[in-house]
Amino acid sequence: MSSLARTRADFPTLHQNVGPHPLVYLDNAATSHKPRAVIDALARYYECDNSNVHRGLHALSMRATDGFDAARARAAKFINAADPAEIVFTRGTTESINLVAQSWGAANLRPGDVILITEMEHHSNLVPWQQIAQRTGATLRYVPVAGENAQHGLDLDALDKLLTPEVKIFAFTHISNTLGTINPAADLCARARKAGALTLLDAAQSIGHEPLDVRAIGCDFLAFSGHKMCGPTGIGVLYGRRELLDAMTPWQSGGGMIANVEYFNTTYKPSPERFEAGTPDVSGAIGLHAAMDYLDALGRPLIAAHDSALAAQARAALAELPGIRILGPLQNSKRSGLVSFAFKDVHAHDIVTFADQDGIALRGGHHCNQPLMRKLGLPSTTRASFYVYNTPEEIDILIKSLRKILKFFGS
Amino acid sequence: MSELNDLYQSVILDHNKRPRNRRKLPTATRVATGDNPTCGDQCTVYLRMEHANGAPDRIAEITFDGSGCAISQASASLMTTQLKGKTPEEAATTFSEFAEIVKTGKAPEDFTELAAFAGVHAFPARIKCATLAWHAALEALKQPDQSPGESAA
Repeated sequence: MSSLARTRADFPTLHQNVGPHPLVYLDNAATSHKPRAVIDALARYYECDNSNVHRGLHALSMRATDGFDAARARAAKFINAADPAEIVFTRGTTESINLVAQSWGAANLRPGDVILITEMEHHSNLVPWQQIAQRTGATLRYVPVAGENAQHGLDLDALDKLLTPEVKIFAFTHISNTLGTINPAADLCARARKAGALTLLDAAQSIGHEPLDVRAIGCDFLAFSGHKMCGPTGIGVLYGRRELLDAMTPWQSGGGMIANVEYFNTTYKPSPERFEAGTPDVSGAIGLHAAMDYLDALGRPLIAAHDSALAAQARAALAELPGIRILGPLQNSKRSGLVSFAFKDVHAHDIVTFADQDGIALRGGHHCNQPLMRKLGLPSTTRASFYVYNTPEEIDILIKSLRKILKFFGS
Repeated sequence: MSELNDLYQSVILDHNKRPRNRRKLPTATRVATGDNPTCGDQCTVYLRMEHANGAPDRIAEITFDGSGCAISQASASLMTTQLKGKTPEEAATTFSEFAEIVKTGKAPEDFTELAAFAGVHAFPARIKCATLAWHAALEALKQPDQSPGESAA
């Protein structure tokens, strides 16, 4: 943990007080803070290179285009994609999943087909599939979570039974934002492939926390956001295998994605441009490039170890609190850098408001996972999520604050 | 802690711990549910109207159920004690007075226990919690009467 101790200095937002207390930011699963290197890259782009990309022939436009293209190549390298053309820039994970659902889904799903997702999906990997199922007549099915407090993760026996030949795509999260469960992505993709289904991996919670290799995992699509991995908001990536993307039709149209336009007919550029209508988020892509450089300079294996060590410490300390219910896996090796918990008599909203008065940023609610919360019989949970700059001392502050809250509510 | 103590006044803590009228109402003639999509909290309000000259007149009985934070539960509980016996117009007036207290933190000196919610104004994110049950009640008051048991929760 000590090798990451100096990272706090890289993040300007962390150095502030909330009321009289130093900020303790434990809401990293919602968004991470940005290191100076990313903020500087954004400022440098707007101060020096700002221009529109692709069609310009002047110096600034060429620099902006070079920066944008370099970001695409960097993203491909970051996830070990075979080709930068397999990287489509989007607004984030949600838009990436919507793109696949609406472009691939609308063209390939028919009544009788099955879309398979899991009970631990964020609404962003659930509602787009619900919508396309309603439009195409395909059936949506869920792989159940198993065990008390969902501690056993996905029910793999049920998965194998659900992976019938009718399943056209299996879309699942790499790490649950509610449970902290790390799903065995390569194993799940292999099972789906054997059954003839494509796979989409929602990497929103994993991309900034651990090394990720799309070819080793064997997924067909992968979606992630920049802002949870030290990058700017408004930029994300859809990775898709080249032959899949090239066979898909555009889902939005306009400038930047066309090869030739006639009055009544248009031909499109190949992927990825065919999916990037309009002026793209050039600064976002450049900021994302800087974020990827930053994370790799720290070392993603080190980040994974740091985050899960903090989550393990938090889980052990939380377990001492009276009346607590902790969600997700019991084994540290199966849990990412977040812990979700609930108390019988104190609602998550009250906890978050109290903790905020101690300078602690937590998240309380259903975490965009309402069906799962209903299954677990919980209206809401409180979530603490950790990242490179968090320290063991911050967990002590959290526990102290929680004890105070429990005392106040007489638990 | 002083803002917190303002927010979580003893009246609120008491109603959270021992909510009044927290139950389904089998004889309800009107039911409405409010959702707070940011936290997933739900509050269902059950009303039985008293009739005068063949038309619904006053709230004869009002109960609630659902789950939520201390603020929303206490607010729902206190609301049921305040609205019982009121006409829809009187209930709407009480709600505007309550909404004003929650938003501004200012309550008339002689104003009932609802003044305990003045502390909410310092926590704008929690205003929705305090008004969730009220919106459900106002929704129910707009409905026509149904036979008991017919109104879907």
